[in-house]
Amino acid sequence: MSNLELYNKAFVDGLGVEEKELPGLEYQAIPSWDSVGHMNLVAALEDAFDIMMDTDDIIDFSSYEKGKEIMAKYDITI
Amino acid sequence: MINYDEILNIPPYSMACEEKEKFLTEILGELTGHHYERCLEYRRILDAFGFEPGNIKSYYDIPFLPVRLFKEYELRSVKSSDTAKIVTSSGTTGQQVSRIYLDKETSANQTKALTKIVSSYIGKNRLPMIILDSPAVVKDRAMFSARGAGILGFQMFGRDRIFALDENMELDIKGLEEFLEKHAGEEIFLFGFTFMIWLHFYEALKKIGYHPDISKGIMIHGGGWKKLADRNISGERFKEGLNEVCGISRVYDYYGMAEQTGSIYMECEEGHLHASVFSDIIVRDPFDFSICPVGKKGIIETVSVLPHSYPGHVLLTEDEGVILGEDDCPCGRKGKYFAVCGRIKNAEIRGCSDTYADKG
Repeated sequence: MSNLELYNKAFVDGLGVEEKELPGLEYQAIPSWDSVGHMNLVAALEDAFDIMMDTDDIIDFSSYEKGKEIMAKYDITI
Repeated sequence: MINYDEILNIPPYSMACEEKEKFLTEILGELTGHHYERCLEYRRILDAFGFEPGNIKSYYDIPFLPVRLFKEYELRSVKSSDTAKIVTSSGTTGQQVSRIYLDKETSANQTKALTKIVSSYIGKNRLPMIILDSPAVVKDRAMFSARGAGILGFQMFGRDRIFALDENMELDIKGLEEFLEKHAGEEIFLFGFTFMIWLHFYEALKKIGYHPDISKGIMIHGGGWKKLADRNISGERFKEGLNEVCGISRVYDYYGMAEQTGSIYMECEEGHLHASVFSDIIVRDPFDFSICPVGKKGIIETVSVLPHSYPGHVLLTEDEGVILGEDDCPCGRKGKYFAVCGRIKNAEIRGCSDTYADKG
């Protein structure tokens, strides 16, 4: 799978959303992306890319797009 | 406009008395004007006091709201369409709960402030985490009890999290053993509420005689001491007891409330609670509300720069406390340090751990 596919899959698995909903999706915009869903998403991303995110990055991870920038910090180009 | 990004980048225990008073007067003054403009009930209260929000000399002069008002009134400075979530305070059955209205920004700033404060204790790396509570508490995602919100707020500092208690509040020994084996030699973060930790972790371990090695653990706990004080368990005894059953030596209490989530007061290595740069404590005389000097017991007023969506930046609690000093704690942290002595008489029972009904 490509990085984009892995990234999208983490959202689909972590938040229970469909891939077509992802562009423009923001934290707390849908019921499943609440603080519980957020940590599920973080866990899914960490598993998918074998990384450990800093607390600051978890907080800054405010949207589907912003997350791509944050992944770059961990040398993952989406 | 209050620049929260800038504020939240200030190291939490870096500001000494004079600078901090200037800083808090500016921010809390601006917040007072903000809430005066946007919250009718708040404006009426200030008007009744004859207080002019445009002319604040010191944050000590801003009228405080009793925390009780958040139970009786819907106090918010945002439109209901901008309310992202409502946090309810803990309260035992039959007691009314506070309702705190949060918009996205206030909620995010609470999380950020909490992160700055807690990271200064446990570091930036996320640690394997044991939540000393039952997963049942966070099961209902639509209902945010303060206890659930506390767990959700702190779980960010952990990775590979487990709940140490099952749905019936029984210790999951097998799960704990496996977890500790997997993370042998690593620092481990433990979080829970004071009374639940004592009852369902300490006493359970003691009873079954299982003494896991958690000497590399860092525990943060909060939620009130009333129930343990009733059993004559002091803060000292709490630490000793935990050390006996699992070898842990880094145990930090915190003082905080749902009405000012995020800007919590953490205990230091000396056993003192500390105000961070995001908040402060004022102790008031119970008879005339004058400011108590260092060493004199009174009612605790808490101020916080975070409440933007509701007028909760200056609150009078129902707790008794005493300021122990300012800027000179041997731990090196700047700001006031203090102790909480208990609840004032006839106050309601509240606190995540104090409202917990022990069925055992």
